[in-house]
Amino acid sequence: MNIRTLPAALYVLLLYGFIFLPVLVLVLFSFQESRLPVPPFDGPSLAWYRAMLADDRLMDALVNSVLVGVVSSLVAVTLGFLAAYALARHRLPLAGLLRGLLTAPLTISYLIIGMGLLITFNSLGVPKSLWTIGIGHVVINLPLCFAIVYSQMGAQQAHAERAARDLGAREWQVIVLITAPMLWPALFASFFLSLTFSWDEFIIAFLVSRFDVTLPVEIWSMLRSGLNPKTNAIGSFVFVISFLFVLLLDLVVLRKRAA
Amino acid sequence: MSVPAVEFRDVSMRFGDIEALSGVNLTVEEGAYMVLLGPSGGGKTTLLNILGGFLEPSGGRVLIRGEDLTHAPPARRPTTTVFQDYALFPHMNVAGNVAFGLKMRRVPKREQQERVAQALDLVGLAHTAGQRTHALSGGQRQRIALARALVVEPSVLLLDEPLGALDMKLRRQMQHELKIIQQRVGTTFVHVTHDQEEAMAIADTIVVMNQGSIEDLGPPERIYLRPVSRFTADFMGDSNLIEGQVVTQRDAQLTVRSALGEFELPGVAEPGTWVTLAIRPEHLHTDPGDGRLGLGNAQVLECGFYGTHHQCDATLASLPHPIKVRIDQKRLLQPGDVLPLYLDPSDLVVLAR
Amino acid sequence: MMANRHLAWGLLLPALLWTLAFFAAPLVIMGMYSLWQRVGMKLVQTWTTHNYQQFASKSFLFESLVNSLEVTATVTIISILLAYPLAYILAERVPARWQRLALVMAILPFWTSYVVRSYSWLLVLSEGGILSNFLMDIGLIAEPMSFANNRGATVVGFVHFFVMLLTLTIYASLVQLPPSYRKAAADLGAGPVRSFIHVVLPLTLPGVMVGAFLTFVLCIGDYITPQILGGNQELLLPQTIMMQISRRSDFPMASALAMILMAVVSLAYLACARWLKLDRL
Repeated sequence: MNIRTLPAALYVLLLYGFIFLPVLVLVLFSFQESRLPVPPFDGPSLAWYRAMLADDRLMDALVNSVLVGVVSSLVAVTLGFLAAYALARHRLPLAGLLRGLLTAPLTISYLIIGMGLLITFNSLGVPKSLWTIGIGHVVINLPLCFAIVYSQMGAQQAHAERAARDLGAREWQVIVLITAPMLWPALFASFFLSLTFSWDEFIIAFLVSRFDVTLPVEIWSMLRSGLNPKTNAIGSFVFVISFLFVLLLDLVVLRKRAA
Repeated sequence: MSVPAVEFRDVSMRFGDIEALSGVNLTVEEGAYMVLLGPSGGGKTTLLNILGGFLEPSGGRVLIRGEDLTHAPPARRPTTTVFQDYALFPHMNVAGNVAFGLKMRRVPKREQQERVAQALDLVGLAHTAGQRTHALSGGQRQRIALARALVVEPSVLLLDEPLGALDMKLRRQMQHELKIIQQRVGTTFVHVTHDQEEAMAIADTIVVMNQGSIEDLGPPERIYLRPVSRFTADFMGDSNLIEGQVVTQRDAQLTVRSALGEFELPGVAEPGTWVTLAIRPEHLHTDPGDGRLGLGNAQVLECGFYGTHHQCDATLASLPHPIKVRIDQKRLLQPGDVLPLYLDPSDLVVLAR
Repeated sequence: MMANRHLAWGLLLPALLWTLAFFAAPLVIMGMYSLWQRVGMKLVQTWTTHNYQQFASKSFLFESLVNSLEVTATVTIISILLAYPLAYILAERVPARWQRLALVMAILPFWTSYVVRSYSWLLVLSEGGILSNFLMDIGLIAEPMSFANNRGATVVGFVHFFVMLLTLTIYASLVQLPPSYRKAAADLGAGPVRSFIHVVLPLTLPGVMVGAFLTFVLCIGDYITPQILGGNQELLLPQTIMMQISRRSDFPMASALAMILMAVVSLAYLACARWLKLDRL
């Protein structure tokens, strides 16, 4: 390392330190023995992980998060894929406007989307539940899935679809046997991205839920009791799960692309 | 009289203001190898797309084996296509690609396997059945596309510039194979290309298309040697075009006066009409041969070597423009050299101006 | 393709209906609510600009917007200034085979839960937390003290997140830059500094703008970070909105504030529109 690269290296180290500091503190003090996750560290102890697993509300919220995430992501990918196929393969009037409408939720704050849903559900008398959270999560993830799949609908697929029709495939056979398999990496990526966003989403879930809540909402209510190593434990746990998500996504999608 | 494989009846196609096809009538006989030839924008691909069901004509009718299928979608037509980019399904292996059409037709599994094997055998690629398509070479992909389209036994096989993506040597080789395979299976082939050498090498019948209409139609030899229009004469290889005027007409024999002299030629035209006389460069000779007509001495401007021959531009005192002449491959000429030229008047073709 | 237009509409319809019913319609309803008024505990459905007038006249409402704009601007600027050098070093100085790993590392904390991320900063900044402890150890302060519950803590929490985001978008535009441009600049006599100012910077500006816009939108609409880290001395707009909902159940007022938030984001979008092509996502 010479004089010229030293400042650069220092800069990178400092910034990485800044980026990692809170995460390291979070994980370290999840192994705290005593009741406060502040120095001095008196662990390691798994006491707070045990407390986390014994917390029924937390575990329920975890299951709810997985349910809402998987179901809403499946719906978002399916609707997004079908809409992308329709708009990419058929010349429809006002296609530009329709594309704009479908991607519009990307530019609106989740807070506003959640509020709109809250007011609408309230005025229609729709009870708040996991279903209403799921509806909200489809609203935020559908544009993402649509945009990803739409961008991947290239000429290569169009030609393969034409060949399939030429060989006698009906329209649904074209979609199921040709388009969807060829877009598999994009569909997979959209699904997992949706799942991650749903898994991490707080404000919509907070606004349109009541008794059954998702994990971020439950963690939020735990914060009211102040600093608590159990919060560190569940936070570290969520971190590991999210990270495994991403690793899986990376492995599957990037391997596919490389192949 | 048997039913023709394909009949186009007064087929027209408009894209907005552009008339891509204007009232095309064309009959393709059963078992023929027909090539649609023309420059891009000539309408040949549009005609093929209408036949395959990828475009609906603005007017007219399309009959396949006597059945009106003008408005039938591709899936319901007894036609299959070999696409320019082959459009092999990248997520299926070779056998999966070839079996696709059979699967769509609900052919029993057992029979599917047999027919896929036969089709792969036909194109000489039986050993690739289990391979992924992207591992194959361009020529192999082309053959898989052919097998995939042929295995469903279509009434008509459509080929959309099928050799366009191949290099020259492979292209000439595949031309030959296509012709052999067509003769073996006996299926009617309709093949689109802009390569006139390819067209002449494989077609039974060439259809020359230009600006949405059929310019000329016939066997390759006839199209090349006795083109019926200036466009065809020019598009099918090089031609020297010389202005002339009809002096007399009698029993479909014309006397035409031109800068090269007066010729008695077959044709029909009113005396006084201006016409064009076409002569191929290889029909201009440098020796008098047996009863050839002398044209005088030409002066060489420049020559290019084409392997099988030299082609030279030369000026004749009687003509305002240089003419193209073919010279033996072993003869070396310099600019300024003088050549005596001769022609056989029966090689001249009278064309409308 | 022929005769398939009905089919195309059929495929498009579910996504379209979903977006209309659960996105467009709620926004319209919210717009209507913002023009109604809550009197006592009752909703009065007559058109009025009362809520917007309140916003303009009541200082704590208007100030929350000003606070939000100030915080968002600070966060955006600091994040760009920190992220650009990092992205540049990653793209230019780090060997190609380490770049991917370096990037994955840079965004790793992104995968802690959104709520937990702010909480983690509380662990660092609170009284008796890591920072206070460290400063006591090196003798800079004598008593444990809190660095949380103020605007600075909110900004730190935001910057932490957006430095990662901006590093990604800027890095992406840096690696897309063909090396031939810089070679050409050098060939024509530009030194490294001038080559950077006249070639690299203008060409990576779109990447910076996309990241800056995302930062702006996500930051100004966020409730969690200021709520956990900012304390209660000052409120940001999303906090004011949530307060109208959860404490006062004043949906018309909350709707009006949400419309104002949306208007601010739209203005930001228009300002950056030439750099943003959402279609290309």
